[in-house]
Amino acid sequence: MEAQTQANTKGTAGETVRITGAEAVIRCLLAEGVDLIYGYPGGAIMPVYDELYKYQDQLHHVLTRHEQGATHAAQGFARTSGKVGVAIATSGPGATNLVTGIADAQIDSTPMVCITGQVGSHLLGSDAFQETDIIGISTPVTKWNHQVTKAKDIPEVLAKAFYIARSGRPGPVLIDITKDAQFEEFDFKYEKCKGVRSYKPVPKTDPQTLEDAAALINAAKKPMIVFGQGVILGEAEEQFKAFIEKTGVPAAWTILGLSALPTVHPLNVGMVGMHGNYGPNKLTNECDLLMAIGMRFDDRVTGNLQTYAKQAKVIHFEIDPAEVDKNVIADVAVMGNVKNTLAKILPLVSEKKHEAWLQEFKDYDAIEFEKVIQNELHPTKEGLSMAEVIRNINEVTGGDQIIVSDVGQHQMIACRYAEFTKSKSNITSGGLGTMGFALPAAIGAKMGAMDREVIAIIGDGGYQMTIQELGTIFQQKLPVKIVVLNNEFLGMVRQWQELFFENRYASTEMTNPDFVKIAEGYHIEANRVSKREDLKEAVQKMIKFDGPYFLEVCVEKEGNVFPMIPTGASVSDIRLS
Amino acid sequence: MEKENYTISVYTENNIGLLNRISAIFLKRHINLDSMTASVSEIKGVFRFTIVVKMSEEQVKKIVGQIEKQIEVIKAYYHRDDETIYQETALFKIDSKLLFEERQIQNVIKESNANIVTVTPEFFVLEKTGRRKEVEALYDKLEPYGLMQFVRSGRISISKEKMHISALLESFNEEELA
Repeated sequence: MEAQTQANTKGTAGETVRITGAEAVIRCLLAEGVDLIYGYPGGAIMPVYDELYKYQDQLHHVLTRHEQGATHAAQGFARTSGKVGVAIATSGPGATNLVTGIADAQIDSTPMVCITGQVGSHLLGSDAFQETDIIGISTPVTKWNHQVTKAKDIPEVLAKAFYIARSGRPGPVLIDITKDAQFEEFDFKYEKCKGVRSYKPVPKTDPQTLEDAAALINAAKKPMIVFGQGVILGEAEEQFKAFIEKTGVPAAWTILGLSALPTVHPLNVGMVGMHGNYGPNKLTNECDLLMAIGMRFDDRVTGNLQTYAKQAKVIHFEIDPAEVDKNVIADVAVMGNVKNTLAKILPLVSEKKHEAWLQEFKDYDAIEFEKVIQNELHPTKEGLSMAEVIRNINEVTGGDQIIVSDVGQHQMIACRYAEFTKSKSNITSGGLGTMGFALPAAIGAKMGAMDREVIAIIGDGGYQMTIQELGTIFQQKLPVKIVVLNNEFLGMVRQWQELFFENRYASTEMTNPDFVKIAEGYHIEANRVSKREDLKEAVQKMIKFDGPYFLEVCVEKEGNVFPMIPTGASVSDIRLS
Repeated sequence: MEKENYTISVYTENNIGLLNRISAIFLKRHINLDSMTASVSEIKGVFRFTIVVKMSEEQVKKIVGQIEKQIEVIKAYYHRDDETIYQETALFKIDSKLLFEERQIQNVIKESNANIVTVTPEFFVLEKTGRRKEVEALYDKLEPYGLMQFVRSGRISISKEKMHISALLESFNEEELA
C-alpha cells in the first residue's frame, strides 16, 4: 500500500504531471489524506468514476443506495473520525438528493466535501438533460460552494474546499465540476491550501475577555455551564474537563455536546433543552453565571428567550463571531477555539467547589428520577419502554459504544439515557432534525471508528426513509448493530397531537412491514422482541454477534417523552408529565 | 428598537456566487432591500456591495455578522446616514416637444441642477444626482408633464470614517508569510 501510494501520487509533492481533470479529482482526494468516499455514479460524473476504478486500491468508494445516504454516511464518518467526509454524485437529481445531508451538515457544523458532476460547460444554462443549478440550490446550505469549468482550476479549488470544510467552525462545501473539465487534460500539481485572505477561520482571543471572564467565574456563587459540540469539534475534551474540575462548575450539555464529558462525571448534570433534564433547565433561570461553551443557544435549548437566564451574567466561549449576541446577549464573549481559550483561562480561575449549588441539581434529579426516570428505565406496566432498551444496551456495553440516533422520541430517549465514556460517540441530527439520518450515518460512523461498537437507534418512521441503505451495510459487510424501536407511530408528532391537538392523530399511525424479513432479505441477521423477559438476552446476542445485526423492539405504542418544555415556554416551565 | 436607514458596505473577492449568497441572507430573514449596488472598490480586484436597509441597529449588527461569515467577504461595515456621504442618480426621458410647448419645464431644469445628457428630435434625457429627496422633488415637478421613462440608481456611499481594507489584506499576507 505504501509503495503504491508513493507511485501514484506524483504531482502531489510539487511535481507536475499531465493528467485529466477526473484523475486530478482523485489525486487531490489522496493528497488530502482521503481513503474513503461515499457516492453514487451517473452520467455527468462518469469520468471521475472511471478514474476511481483505476485507484480503487487506494481510495475505497462506498456505493450507497441513494445520494442522501452518501451525505449522511460522510457525516457519520466525519463525526466519529474527526476527518472531512466526502460524498460524490452526478448532476441533476444526484446533486439535489445531496441537499438534505448538506443542510444537515451545515446546521450541525460537520466538515464535508461534496463533489458533483455537471453537464458540459457549453450546455450550462440550456436546460440540458440532468442539468440543475446546484450552486444556486446549495448556496444557502453550504459554507462555501464553487463551480469548476476548467480542469486547471481543480487542484486549487479542491484544496480550498478541504481547507474551508475543516477549518474554523467546520461545514459542508460543494464543488460542481462540468463534464468537459473532467475530460480535459492539464498539467497537474497539488498544493495544500494554507489560507484564504477573505476568511479568518479562528478569531483572535482578546486577553482582556479572558480576564473579564475569569473575574466573573471567580465571583460567581451559582455558576453553570452549557456545553455544545464546540468542545468535540475543537478536540477540547481534556481542557474542558480540567476547567470544570478546577472551577467546580456543574456542566450541562446540548445533544450535540453529549459524550464530550463522560456521563458519569460528578459535574455532568445532564441535558438542557426541550426534553432535557429537570435540574439544568430549572436552574438555568436560577444561576448567577451562565457559561456557554461551544454552543449556539438553539431555540430547542433556550425555549422562550424573553425568560431565558435573565438573572444571570453570560459568558460565551465561541469560534463563530456571528453566533455572539445572536440569540442571547453575552456580557463577555471569549472568541477562539475553546481548546485554546479554556487552556488560557485555566490559570486565571480559582479552585472551587460549589457543593451546595451542585446539591440543588441533585435535588431536582431526585424529583425527576421519582416522577419520570424510574418508570422509564424500570417500568412495571406491560409494554416495553424505549428507555429500558437503552438501559439494557448500557448494561452490556458499559457506555463504551457509539450511538447513532435518528430523529424523534427514540432520539430524545437515547440522548437522555445512553451512557458514554468516550467523546465523538453520540451521532445524531441535531439542528436539522433529519429523519432517515441514522441508518446511513451509522455506516459512516462505523467506518470512521472500526474498532468501536456502533449501535444505530432508529424509530420505525425514520428507518423507512433510508431503509435501502441496508443494501450498503450488507455489501460492505459492516458490523453495524441496528435497533428499531417500533411503536407503529410517528411517535413525537403523535405525542404533540396528544398534548396540543386534542388527540387528533392525523397521519401518524403506521402500518409497518415485517422488518425482520426485510433485514433477512438483505442477508442481515435479524431478531424481534416484544417481551421484557427476552430483551436482555436479545441485546446481548446482538452485541456479541460478529457482523451486521438487526433488532426490532416492539415498544409501547403511545409512550411520551418527559420532561418537556412546550414550544415557546420558558425553561423554568418544564413539565414532568 | 427604533428602525433607521443603514448603509451596509461589503468588500468582497470577485465571485459569481457571492451576490446570491448575500441576497439569501436577507431573503431568509424577510428583509426588503431599499437598494443594492455592486461595483469595483478603491482596491484592485476587490469588489464592493453597497446595500441600504431600514432596520434596528441590533438587526443590522446580526446581518453584518452573517455577511462577514461568508468565505469570500473580506469585511462588512454598517453606517447610519449621518456617518456617510451618499448619492443617487436618476435619469428622466422626456418628450422633446415639451421643451418648446411647456416653457415652465425649462425653469424646472435650470433650478434643479440637473444635466441634460442627450437631446434628439423625439426626446431628451435629464440626469439628476443627489439625495433621495432632491431626486424625488424633481420627479414630482416633471411627472405632471409626462415622463417617457424614469429610472433611479441604488445609493452609492462613502463613509466618513476609514475602512481599513488594505490594512486587513496586508495583515493576511503578513500572517501567511509568518
